[in-house]
This record gives sequence, structure tokens and C-alpha cells, in this order.
Amino acid sequence: MTRRRILGVIGFAVVLLAAGVVGQRMLRQTQISDETKARSIALFREAGKVLQNPRCLNCHPVGDRPTQTDRMVPHQPWVVRGVDGHGAPGLHCDTCHHAANFDAAGVPGNPGWRLAPAAMGWQGRSLGAICVQIKDPARNGGKDMAALLDHVSKDSLVGWAWSPGGKRPPAPGTQAAFGALMRAWADTGAHCPPAENQ
Amino acid sequence: MGTFIIDVNGTSRSVDVDGDTPLLWVLRDNLGLTGTKFGCGIALCGACTVFVDGRPLRACSLPISALGSGKVTTIEGVSGTEAVAVQDAWVARDVPQCGYCQSGQIMSAVALLKEIRKPTDRDIDLALNGNLCRCATYVRIRAAIHDAARALED
Repeated sequence: MTRRRILGVIGFAVVLLAAGVVGQRMLRQTQISDETKARSIALFREAGKVLQNPRCLNCHPVGDRPTQTDRMVPHQPWVVRGVDGHGAPGLHCDTCHHAANFDAAGVPGNPGWRLAPAAMGWQGRSLGAICVQIKDPARNGGKDMAALLDHVSKDSLVGWAWSPGGKRPPAPGTQAAFGALMRAWADTGAHCPPAENQ
Repeated sequence: MGTFIIDVNGTSRSVDVDGDTPLLWVLRDNLGLTGTKFGCGIALCGACTVFVDGRPLRACSLPISALGSGKVTTIEGVSGTEAVAVQDAWVARDVPQCGYCQSGQIMSAVALLKEIRKPTDRDIDLALNGNLCRCATYVRIRAAIHDAARALED
């Protein structure tokens, strides 16, 4: 074997070895990426147990009328969103809902009682669709991820879901745990479940 | 028990009641203002509608401890151009049948006219959806509110 041929074989082997290392690294990165994405989606599915709880969904209707109870029946009396989510002129939410729950009358309350904006209607939508919606500033009230995480972690009306009063079952977990889940979801890339999956 | 100083119809009143007593029962039992009615006690029928700081509110769903400095106006004290127009229209149309729900209906009608000077049928329906009438005087109520709105234009 000539010297040139020997060098050629060695060079080819080095190239093969380098390609293998790079390939392995890329494969590993892909695996990590897939694992992170799966973890992100799993985190959002867990958070979805709150997002799709009746305590939250009842005031996130797709239409103009909220629902109530765990069966999510149409709100009685018939009330509507109004121009600002606070009800119609003459029958605003705070006509009945005051600053705190009043169990003697069975009426829940919070200082910020209102419907979520129409763009944040979740009822009947898949968790994947809600996921896309919730991180879209055009549909979440102009919130970037930091503002969104702050909202879900600290907003008093969001927090009502864990202190609903009366016989209403609260949303699962705590607001702090929910906030932590959403933060972990964001930290893993804020990936969404497929939109068609519930 | 606690002592609460509350402003009702422009008068300061003192009442000794439990803090979780609904405003409705303070008005009726402690102050004798029985024009405000008990219907359901769960904010579904609107018979107990009063104003607090000029906004309609179901008196059955607010504990007296949450009233704070809010100024209460009941059917006995409601006044102003909208109230006069509604009262005149109610009389002219002979709106009430049994009359039980009417104080709540009138308070809601006045509240609506304060917000919308010339309401449509839909505006009226949406504002008064929470005021039930077992005699079904709804058609006369709606007509009377239109009459009152016309009177306010004059």
C-alpha cells in the first residue's frame, strides 16, 4: 500500500469518526429536545386540569353568556358580557356579585368579578387550542409570557377558583402550584398539546 | 352582634345586627323599610333591588358588614328625573298586578334609564332579566320604560 493510500484511509476513518460524533450529538440533542417538548406538554396538561375546571370555564364562555355550577348550565338570571365584561347596563355583574363570597345567599364574589374577554373564550375548546390561545398576546390581553405568568400566579380573580365559597369544589391544587406549573411549562418552551386533543 | 352606622335614603341610621345579616333584612326588619321585598334570597328574582351609591344591587346578597360607607337608596327614597318619569309611566300604564316585584322592577328601570336614556327592547330585556314577575307584567313594564324614556326626552 502506498503512503498516499494509507493517508487516504486514515483520513476517511477520521471523517467517519467525526461524522459519527456529530451525528450522535445531534441525535442526543434531538432526543433532549423531544424530551423537553414532551415534558412541556405534560406540564400544560397538568395545568389544564385548572384551566378546564368549571370554576374557571364558567366565566370563560365562547359566547356572551356565562355558565354556572359544575354542570356549567347557563347563568341564571340571563346575563350577558356587555361591552367590558361587566354585564349589561342596568344589570352589571356587581348587582349581585360583591367583593366577597356571601354563602348565606349562595352568591360568589370578588372585587374584580367579570367575564373573561371574548378573545379568551375557552368553553368547548381543546386544551391544545386553549394553549395556543393563552400565549397569544392578540388574544390574552396583550400579555407576554412574563405578564401571563404573573397573571395566573397573582391575580385575585384567578385565585377565587381556589376559594369559591359555598359548596363549590375549588379548582385542583393551589394558585401557587398552578403558577409553578405554568412557569415550568414556560421554562420548557411553552409547547402545546395537539389542538385536537382534549 | 355589632353596631353599624349606615346611610339610607339620605339619613344616617344605626343598627345592631350580626355582620352577616343581609342588607335586605336590615332594611325591612330593623329600619321598617318594607318596600324592598324578599323574593328568593339568592339574588335570582330582583325583588330586593336597591341602589348603593347610585348603582343597583340585590340587597339579599350583601352582608351589612360589606356595605361600608355605601349610600343606600330604597324604593321609599328613590328620586330624580328618571324616577319621576318611571313612576308616572307606571301609574299611567297601570303596570303592577299583584305588585310584589314592582319595587325591584322600578329600581332596575330607573337604573337602566340612568345609563341608557333611550333603551331598546333588547336593552330593557337585558337590564330587567334579573327581575322576575310571577304575574308576567313584562309587556307593560317594557312599554312603561319606553314611555318614561320618551318623557325624559321632553
